[in-house]
Amino acid sequence: MSEEWKSEGVIRRNDRYSKYVKAITPRTGMFTSMMKAFAIGGLTCLIGEGIGDIISLSFPDLSTDMVGAYTSMILVTVAILFTGLGFYDVIARHGGAGSFLPITGFANAMSSAALEFKSEGLIFGTSSKLFNVVGPVVVNGVVWSTLAGIIRYLIMLFTV
Amino acid sequence: MIFPETWWGFLLSYLTAFAGGGLLCAGAQLLIVKTNLTPARILVIFLITGIFLQTVGAYEPINSVFGAGISVPIVGFGAALAKGAITYAEQYGILGAFAGGLIQTAFGIGAAVVASYIVTLIFNAKAK
Amino acid sequence: MSGKNQTMFFNNNPRIISGMSVVGKREGEGPLGKYFDEVVLDAKCGEKTFEKGEQQMFHKVILGAIEKANLTPHDIEVLLAGDLLNQLVSSSYVARELPVSYLGLYNACSTMTECLALGASLVDGGRFNKIACATGSHFATAERQYRYPLEYGCQRPPYSQWTATAAGCSILSSDGDGPAITHATLGRVVDYGINDLNNMGAAMAPAALDTLLAVLTDTGMDVSDFDAIFTGDLGRLGAEILRDLAREQGIKLGQSYSDCGEMLFVREQNCYCGGSGAGCSAAVLNSFILRKMNEGEYNRVLLLATGALMSPTTSYQGETIPCVSHGVILENVL
Repeated sequence: MSEEWKSEGVIRRNDRYSKYVKAITPRTGMFTSMMKAFAIGGLTCLIGEGIGDIISLSFPDLSTDMVGAYTSMILVTVAILFTGLGFYDVIARHGGAGSFLPITGFANAMSSAALEFKSEGLIFGTSSKLFNVVGPVVVNGVVWSTLAGIIRYLIMLFTV
Repeated sequence: MIFPETWWGFLLSYLTAFAGGGLLCAGAQLLIVKTNLTPARILVIFLITGIFLQTVGAYEPINSVFGAGISVPIVGFGAALAKGAITYAEQYGILGAFAGGLIQTAFGIGAAVVASYIVTLIFNAKAK
Repeated sequence: MSGKNQTMFFNNNPRIISGMSVVGKREGEGPLGKYFDEVVLDAKCGEKTFEKGEQQMFHKVILGAIEKANLTPHDIEVLLAGDLLNQLVSSSYVARELPVSYLGLYNACSTMTECLALGASLVDGGRFNKIACATGSHFATAERQYRYPLEYGCQRPPYSQWTATAAGCSILSSDGDGPAITHATLGRVVDYGINDLNNMGAAMAPAALDTLLAVLTDTGMDVSDFDAIFTGDLGRLGAEILRDLAREQGIKLGQSYSDCGEMLFVREQNCYCGGSGAGCSAAVLNSFILRKMNEGEYNRVLLLATGALMSPTTSYQGETIPCVSHGVILENVL
């Protein structure tokens, strides 16, 4: 294959072009988009705090871990319902990171893939594509947390 | 909770939850705008941050101040995974580390899978 | 521009005797809404899936264009068609319902001019007399293939583009009335090292420039010789970049230059930098441009549809975006 298209002149031309494109390309307004992410992300957490408080007030015997588990179950279910009704992505268009960073974003990513691939059937579509978008989070979570568990186990062995 | 059980302590806990969650999301948004990182990569970065904080024991003190402000974002998910892995490793030996993370987070993941499936049966994706 | 001739000169005036365009709801609400033949309000066209909806749109434009030319599908000898989906499913599945020979073509969003260039040369060479050229794209199906699920909450950068739900079909004939295709310039694949999937305009603008220069050199014409110059789907940003790049080469693209993607939507429609997709230039050509030519407002038009030839796989593998642009010159001749 001819290497002409990767010659030095071409690399220089491309560098110059990408600098020019970078300069001319409009960016997302940093301040407004961060404010929106702050507001929507903060609000999601505020609601989470409220749900947690209601659960622990209603069931005073529950452990903190269980309160957290139930809270995330409720948040996840509501987010998935919003996705199905078709307005989670409308909120997310404004929220940006405020919508994908909380656990609700995880739920939205999972259910949106499920809905998207419904047309290929429940087995080959929905079921096999369910982790299409959230896969990286689950896989990295399991791998790195396992590593964390092993490290802490080894530390425990050598310190006791 | 480190806040006293008075009305202002109550209020303060909501304020920190809002501010903590908001700041985390604003930080992630800054990464989106300033770098070419995709949401998937940012999620993984924050997730591993949570796992790291839990492993070094810094997560619990932060969580006691910010509450849902740190546990609802993906950082909390990472911390829960790590907490499970660590607890089970300490309890069942090194093999426990493989199961603990999933067991600790099974409530959320299970709910998400089942709810997604049910929602898929009812609704259809819409073209905007 | 390569220094070699890239342009075909047609002496026998292959003509576009009819054109049909079908667009989605959002495109119908845009500034060109009144020019389109049909606006489908249901994104699935009453079918079960978006893919079937896209095929339905294809079906409508091809049969509509044939009918407008007072022909039947049996009069058409060849269908040249393409779309954005893997294995060209939309065009191929529609072609199975038609009694015509079929060539499926893919050059991403520049497929329409690719079809026209090839079709015109087949007609001009006397190989065939009636050829249908059709391309289309659909927001929902393209989104799934190239980006994220529809309901996934993601924020697009302001310089991204909106895949148009649109389809267009032109009928080429060796006789009849309508603007003739006088020249077609086949573009080279150009890659200036852009790898941001959202910034298609910046990736494709150099390809449009390359072909524009080839058109001007090969035909000896000047920008002022055209009543209008259209690019396919560079979008607002890409069009601005093309103007800059052309100025650097000493070519002034003035008022007569516009971009089909930019024309398709207004800013208030939240379509970021404008429309894109194989159907974008096809629908604008077969509605707005053909109408203006038939009314005599334009007499010579250059259409440069541009296409980005990447796939999600290559871009995850860190590849840059190769782009191509093919140009056709339409002229009202006696």
